[in-house]
Amino acid sequence: MRRSKKILAIAIMMAIALTAAVGCTKAPQVSDQTDKPSVTDNGTSDVTTPGEAEEGKVLRIYCWNEEFKSRFTDYYEKAGKLPADIEVQWVITPNENNAYQNKLDEDLLKQDTASEKIDMFLIEADYALKYVDSDYTLDVINDIGLTEEDLSQQYEYTKEIATDSKGRLKGVTWQATPGLFAYRRSIAREVLGTDDPVEVQKHLSDWDKFDSVAEKMHSKGYKMLSGYDDAYRVFSNNVSAPWVDENGKIVIDPNLMRWVDQTKTYTDKGYNNRTSLWSAEWAADQGPGGKVFGFFYSTWGINFTLLDNSLAVPVAEGGKKEVGNGIFGDWAVCEGPQSYYWGGTWICAAKGTDNITLVRDIMKTLTCDAETMKQITIDTEDYTNNMKAMNELANSDYQSAFLGGQNHIALFAAAAPKIDMSNISRYDQGMNEEFQAAFKDYFDGTVTKEQALDNFYNAVLEKYPNLSR
Amino acid sequence: MASKSETFRKHKSVSYAKWGYIFITPFFLTYCIFSLIPLVSTFYNSFFENYRVGLEQIGPKFIGFENYLEVFRQGDIIKYFYNTVFIWLVGFIPQIIISLLLAVLFTDLSLKLRTSVFKSIIYMPNLIMASAFSMLFFALFSDNGPVNNMLVSMGMKEGYRFFANVGSTRGLIALMNFLMWFGNTTILLMAGIMGIDTSIIESAQMDGASSPRIFRKITLPLIRPILVYVLITSMIGGIQMFDVPQILTNGKGNPDRTSMTLIMYLNKHLYSKNFGMAGAVSVLLFIITAILSGCVFLMVYRGKIGTGGLKK
Repeated sequence: MRRSKKILAIAIMMAIALTAAVGCTKAPQVSDQTDKPSVTDNGTSDVTTPGEAEEGKVLRIYCWNEEFKSRFTDYYEKAGKLPADIEVQWVITPNENNAYQNKLDEDLLKQDTASEKIDMFLIEADYALKYVDSDYTLDVINDIGLTEEDLSQQYEYTKEIATDSKGRLKGVTWQATPGLFAYRRSIAREVLGTDDPVEVQKHLSDWDKFDSVAEKMHSKGYKMLSGYDDAYRVFSNNVSAPWVDENGKIVIDPNLMRWVDQTKTYTDKGYNNRTSLWSAEWAADQGPGGKVFGFFYSTWGINFTLLDNSLAVPVAEGGKKEVGNGIFGDWAVCEGPQSYYWGGTWICAAKGTDNITLVRDIMKTLTCDAETMKQITIDTEDYTNNMKAMNELANSDYQSAFLGGQNHIALFAAAAPKIDMSNISRYDQGMNEEFQAAFKDYFDGTVTKEQALDNFYNAVLEKYPNLSR
Repeated sequence: MASKSETFRKHKSVSYAKWGYIFITPFFLTYCIFSLIPLVSTFYNSFFENYRVGLEQIGPKFIGFENYLEVFRQGDIIKYFYNTVFIWLVGFIPQIIISLLLAVLFTDLSLKLRTSVFKSIIYMPNLIMASAFSMLFFALFSDNGPVNNMLVSMGMKEGYRFFANVGSTRGLIALMNFLMWFGNTTILLMAGIMGIDTSIIESAQMDGASSPRIFRKITLPLIRPILVYVLITSMIGGIQMFDVPQILTNGKGNPDRTSMTLIMYLNKHLYSKNFGMAGAVSVLLFIITAILSGCVFLMVYRGKIGTGGLKK
């Protein structure tokens, strides 16, 4: 009896020790894998001579919502360009709480050994450099095989964002995202006496004038902006330096503190509705019951978000996108005080894809082909990344029913070339999110400005332990 | 002959005992794989610099106690500890009082209550997932939510911004924890009270003891083990408070990080896959929990181990 007890005890102990040892040695192994130098370090990669290798039958695309999927379906698949034997797999992970990037990162790190490799994935401007400046994305020109000629009509800034530190273009986009100020025509008529975009723009052409309009709105019972974050992008896109300097020190631009001061003033004087971006209250402010004069929105925001929010009966419940449903048609756009951009989605090809030819064709059709892109704009009112097509529309009699017959493409076409992406950094997403979150407490009146700054530093240093104050 | 039967008997007893060990092995194996090994590797990981910047891996590099020093240099962990304990206490104190009260009422034979219905009703909130529960509260108490609409229609001028104020945010978290757990506690305490021999209570009544006196002198001392169990499990649960405040404040611990609990702080380090710092925070949490549990145990059992209150 005693002996078998001993044997059992020894067996258990050995099992513990073994598994513990396995558990302990695991961590370094993982990092070995990621430290491995990549194949594409020498500039061009040898794996990807276009059209040569046997192509895969499965196209695996990572993204965070249905937007690209519907573009892909409507303008690529339905156009009959997708080979019949190709199966497209969509891996859609919502953006919330960084879930999309977490999923993408894990799978990219396993890309070398995975049986189901990622072929394409989408990224946003705020964190584009994280992927662009890595070896997990393919060079659009040298690896994929698009030509300079193909890309010549894309807006310069969209290429700047997706260019890595060695000057290689790693991603392309079908949309350009210049931002404008969208306002309610009815409120403009009542308070400013006109709803003509040119006249309204004269009232809003710099921040001082913007502030005085805010005061007028307040005196008539309206709010200038909905919440704290509405004007944030306009300030943060006009900074004089990136978020982080070359020594890894966090830089807070004076322009961001201007946003803080302006928003505090607006909050204390009641010029805004104290909402947060994307909250239910914020969305409601854009609807029929809203008392807010305007919203800073870029291209996609107008045709997706604002339009949906403005309807009294949502499309899902049988509502139509037409005048009479909510405040459809009561909106117009003007340039606003400063030029800015917001958002945008880039398509990247993942290292290790076995569908180079197909990826090239998709990129070419959706981001370089003037006809397709013009059609996207006409159908969806989205602003596409093709100067030729957009200038054509800007100079045509194109009208948006949602914007009361305004040709907003002309305004976008004028704003897009002014966008300057030189101060973007790979930390933008985390920095912008935490800055807005930290100062929300200041606007709410729970902390002082210094405490809010401290909280901001704490939060970003948790996210990026390599940086310093 | 005699020796033969002796060895036979020996063999027989060995084969029975063997089963005992075989039956308990699954527990020890799962415990090792899912508890002991992660625990040990957490200690191990906390001594390394090991995180990710974007897709770039930094470390792992052995740095000794540097992560612990960093946690204390930042200093905020004390604030988060205070937040956690504060919110837990605000939820726990009413919880234990009301649970005791309900347990005594439900077990009082003279009241002839049909308790099974009540038992299921008070346990209900615990069946809802914590995240769903806090989403519900978030919607109810948001700036434009039904509660604020009611307040405005009752004559309040602007409504109350629950999530912009420290007290209300913490209060709501405590309230949710209270609602979710008081049923569970009540049932545990009832089990304890029903375990008391009714003849003891009856004889006390015969001697003319009042109900409060019976409660103080008989019920409370006899359910002491259950009380300790409830206190310790609730405290460990409280220190690990995460899902409710995480969902309610969208992971930010707003306002001013006053509803940021220790585990939410730990979770913050996972953004950069910072296993070193997260490991250090976990180890500190482990130590804190161990110390607190020890204190509670000693406090409640001081000098009473093995005797039981009534024997004196």
